[in-house]
Amino acid sequence: MVKTVTQASLAVNEKLTIRKNRIKNGTSKKRLCLVTGIHGDELEGQYLAYLMGKRLNDEIGCLNGTVDIYPAMNPLGIDSITRGIPKFDLDMNRIFPGSREGTLMESVCAAVIDDIYGADICVDVHSSNIYLKELPQIRISVPTAETLIPYAKMMNVDFIWIHDAATVLESTLAHSLNSRGTKTLVVEMGVGMRITEEYCLQLCDGVFNLLKELGMWSGETQPVRDPIVSLNRSVGFVNSDAAGIFVPCRRFGDHVKKGEHIGDVLDPLTSTVAAQINAVCDGMIFTLREYPIVFGGSLLARILQPEDNGKEGGAL
Amino acid sequence: MKREILYSIKSPYREPMDIVGFRFGGGDKTLAVVGAMRGNEIQQMYVCARLVKELEKLEKRHGIAGGKEILVIPCVNYYSMNIGKRFWTMDNTDINRMFPGYDLGETTQRISDGVFTNVKDYEYGIQLASFYQQGDFLPHVKMMKTDFAEPELMRSFGMRYGILRTPRPYDTTTLNFNWQIWETKAFSLYTNATDTIDDASAEDAVTAIMRFMCSAGIINGKVQPGYCTEIIPENGTEQVRSDAAGIFRSLTHVGAHVEQNDVLGKIIDPLDCSEKSVICADHSGVVFFEYNKPLIDESTICFKVIKD
Repeated sequence: MVKTVTQASLAVNEKLTIRKNRIKNGTSKKRLCLVTGIHGDELEGQYLAYLMGKRLNDEIGCLNGTVDIYPAMNPLGIDSITRGIPKFDLDMNRIFPGSREGTLMESVCAAVIDDIYGADICVDVHSSNIYLKELPQIRISVPTAETLIPYAKMMNVDFIWIHDAATVLESTLAHSLNSRGTKTLVVEMGVGMRITEEYCLQLCDGVFNLLKELGMWSGETQPVRDPIVSLNRSVGFVNSDAAGIFVPCRRFGDHVKKGEHIGDVLDPLTSTVAAQINAVCDGMIFTLREYPIVFGGSLLARILQPEDNGKEGGAL
Repeated sequence: MKREILYSIKSPYREPMDIVGFRFGGGDKTLAVVGAMRGNEIQQMYVCARLVKELEKLEKRHGIAGGKEILVIPCVNYYSMNIGKRFWTMDNTDINRMFPGYDLGETTQRISDGVFTNVKDYEYGIQLASFYQQGDFLPHVKMMKTDFAEPELMRSFGMRYGILRTPRPYDTTTLNFNWQIWETKAFSLYTNATDTIDDASAEDAVTAIMRFMCSAGIINGKVQPGYCTEIIPENGTEQVRSDAAGIFRSLTHVGAHVEQNDVLGKIIDPLDCSEKSVICADHSGVVFFEYNKPLIDESTICFKVIKD
């Protein structure tokens, strides 16, 4: 059943409406929330929302509990290919937990938090941005790691990244819910403005496995991957020092050695190599630049190092 | 006056973006002034440019105190300014949410680091700042409330109001906040324009900075006196929100004194002109902020009133 979470009037004859699809069966009070679309240019979660809802409806008898699917937290952004909130020039994931007495978007965020609060678990699906492609992964801040890792391992992702909690992340949906006791997992997968069917199907299997582990699903599930967890591992960041176009010569998921050639920044005007890009450490490439134009500083890749190899942990 | 390139970044096809600084006097690093960090902060750049002109004249008259160095950076982000974009050209990130920066990080982290490395060891720091909110403000000076803050220093600017802001999580990555963490006494100065030039307001801002410099012993001579500044906490203003959406008509102006229940504005239906809401003041006081766009959504802050 499609329900309205919150509404607010826009200037001319229109309401901003956040909706969810509530799928419910059986007697269990357990509830899982699947959230996506906080960033309007991240679309992988759109297909996942469809896949989840379709299978739940098709096999409703196997569900014991409630699944709430929120496909579009930022409907104005999705409809206008805008990452943030159009007109306000704000990142919605920097406004949570919002305020009922606040501005329009603050009150929308507060209503969303209130609606999800109390769920047994929430899964917030992101798809990087338009510049970087990510292996399916779950990101967890250090303070919540002990609680969330067991659930993250049920999700059929390739990688669990435990990262330091930067202050700015306090304004995210996940932090706001976790700090109120509602366990929330942040998924990053794929790339902005695209749907990677393979990843959506992979994560869909993971969510059904999570439902089964929570005792909410009695239908068929697939065996899930054993993810690499970044505990005792460091993340190497490969940033460009040159400007031009980045052309990688190694692929996503490849294992590389420190100093190994992974791509070039090229100057199309002079047909010269502006910079050869080498791996900064041994490890697996789990983030790779998708959008080719780069400035000095543009992130090109992230490499997950083998265990106990490296001095500094990565941060988001 | 020494004009120098403090930091430079390359792009694939544009000329390098050189962050230009102007140094005056010499000796102890005493005052750094930073202007536009966003592409729409034209007034903020203009105020700094006028300040550079004033300081150049002053320096020729030996009006800068001995052993004091002043650095002015009028524009940190003209790449965005030249293409009419507010945030960073490539990834839309906000340079003023990247401090203290990181020299091996992403582009805007590197720019922030390049700026911060140059401005962090000064005794005082002034940022010409702009607001996220759409509207007109009374010019004022603001400080972050940290253990290091000395709010009384705001009085030296002689502006009508000094606002003390309790930092929120997203403030911790701004220039102002990081200045204070590095023990620079930091101020944000707000004029009443951003993407337009307001000469009178720019002149007031330059005069306020000169007044501050005079008070701090950075420059010699006299500057015309200003207001006896009223220092108020940011949450000491009454925020008036719209309870309807439509066409917004203000019936007051910033700086006006209003009485309780005075009508501040109206919201009318954009399709049939019927009256949807009458916005009234809950308290008497001075209108500090006024929303200035013709269309308004529900729950938008349309006025702020400094209560009597």
